[in-house]
Amino acid sequence: MITVESLTRRYAGFTAVDNVSFTAQPGRVTGFLGPNGAGKSTTMRVMVGLTAPTSGSATINGVRFADLPNPGLEVGVLLDASAQHAGRTGREILTIAADTMGLPRRRVDETLELVSLTPSEAKRRVRNYSLGMRQRLGIGTALLGDPRVLILDEPANGLDPAGIRWMRDLLTGFAGQGGTVLLSSHLLHEIEVIADDLVVIGNGKIVASGSKEELLAAAGTLARSTSPRDLAHALEQAGIPSTLAGDGSVRTDADPARVGAVALTAGIALTELRSAEGAGLEDMFLSLTADTQREGVAA
Amino acid sequence: MTATITSPDTIEAAPARRTVRPIPTSRLVKIELRKMFNTRSGFWMLVSIGVLSVIATGAVIIFAPDSAVTYESFATAIGFPMSVILPMIAILGVTSEWSQRSGLTTFTLVPSRGRVIGAKAFATFVVGVASMAVAFAVGALGNLVGAAINGTDAIWDVTLAHSSQILLGNLVGMAIGFTLGVMLRNSAAAIVGYFVVSLVLPGILALLAQVRSWFEDLQPWIDWNYTQVALFENDTDTAREWAMLASTTGIWIALPLVIGLLFLRRSEVK
Repeated sequence: MITVESLTRRYAGFTAVDNVSFTAQPGRVTGFLGPNGAGKSTTMRVMVGLTAPTSGSATINGVRFADLPNPGLEVGVLLDASAQHAGRTGREILTIAADTMGLPRRRVDETLELVSLTPSEAKRRVRNYSLGMRQRLGIGTALLGDPRVLILDEPANGLDPAGIRWMRDLLTGFAGQGGTVLLSSHLLHEIEVIADDLVVIGNGKIVASGSKEELLAAAGTLARSTSPRDLAHALEQAGIPSTLAGDGSVRTDADPARVGAVALTAGIALTELRSAEGAGLEDMFLSLTADTQREGVAA
Repeated sequence: MTATITSPDTIEAAPARRTVRPIPTSRLVKIELRKMFNTRSGFWMLVSIGVLSVIATGAVIIFAPDSAVTYESFATAIGFPMSVILPMIAILGVTSEWSQRSGLTTFTLVPSRGRVIGAKAFATFVVGVASMAVAFAVGALGNLVGAAINGTDAIWDVTLAHSSQILLGNLVGMAIGFTLGVMLRNSAAAIVGYFVVSLVLPGILALLAQVRSWFEDLQPWIDWNYTQVALFENDTDTAREWAMLASTTGIWIALPLVIGLLFLRRSEVK
């Protein structure tokens, strides 16, 4: 379990992380969301002791990261896949990490296989790696010590679709075995598919946190019908405010069952009816972080 | 004799996790040594120590007049490239963690930065001693070959005490490089810094000593180059001269190293 309590990190002139508290539970994947510069990476760096907090604390199973006797065996960390010595081979980077943790060398081969880096790729120097290959190597370094907790910053960056699927299965399986996963991403679709819990941060402050279902339930319902105007009208008659989107979909805050019932009574055939996930997470993300968006998107 | 019997039900049904032991320092030193040479630049640094020793030796055999084919000529010729390369190795051993950003992994696997830097310092020391051993050996071989070519007896005019002063002089150079690495944490800046303090600064201090007589007496106490050259020339004999070496070491190595370490331990690794 990862516990962050009243964490604050100030720099000269601005506060990157402002009184942030949340937990990432074992057996669950916790998605850490926020616009660029919201404080995700700073929070994660504080968690692993690379940045000192101004106040507050972050602990892994109750222990400060810096006090772990051999952190690599307990927490797998990937903060920046490009942060590797470009002149080392992929295999060498894993070998150093394995030696540091005191693991047998065969773990290196097992891990290379796990992250699908071929022996010839492993022999190449990291400067010649694509971003996706670096990402695989970084995930490999994180998994090397068979930890129970993973802290991953933007792990899906640069991965191809197959790689993204692979990582999703890997993390879901990891959490399924009781592991704790905290991953940050701005790929909302990815987070939506993979995360059980969400923590949304904007301008260094937590703007929302909870289970994905809870947060998305607030996002309402999306319905489509062959005659969207009639549907919107019928909903209005039933006292349910709705908006008619340009793509012909109707969105409301009411739950799908109620929208379905209204449509049935009005004799309108629905072509689609679901809780407004997908777009829901994006809408939620944009509205929650509206004040902090660079583009000044209207919520 | 009493036997303690642990009944099975007092054993807690803890999850089958291995016990986590702290990382031993010896392991850190071994890893830091490996990291100094497992990159392309590190590898070529290591190769260049051997290659330049051989080239310098060959040059003495070919160009030096017969009378100058003595062990001291070989030691001096090999000593020059050593005194440049060894500090570079010391610098890059520290700064690459920041300039190449591998520190993100290093300091997450070993959060105690002081221990990592300590391991680096020890590894640097080992590299310095080993490289100098190689250099002395190559020089000795050159001296034998040179003498054989000239048909004379090999002249061994470098005493053991002098050899250890040469070794110490090179270790001082490495320590300066290491200190700059710790203070600046940037490869380019530290290398430029090294050339400033080893090439530009001595000239300025010598000039100052010439024009200001009060500084002339002071120079040996502040100019680390002055005391390093004294080591290379086996001139550090008296207690006063050792005190001068201690003084320059304190000013240029110990003090900045402590300050640099304080900052390094608190700084953010990005």
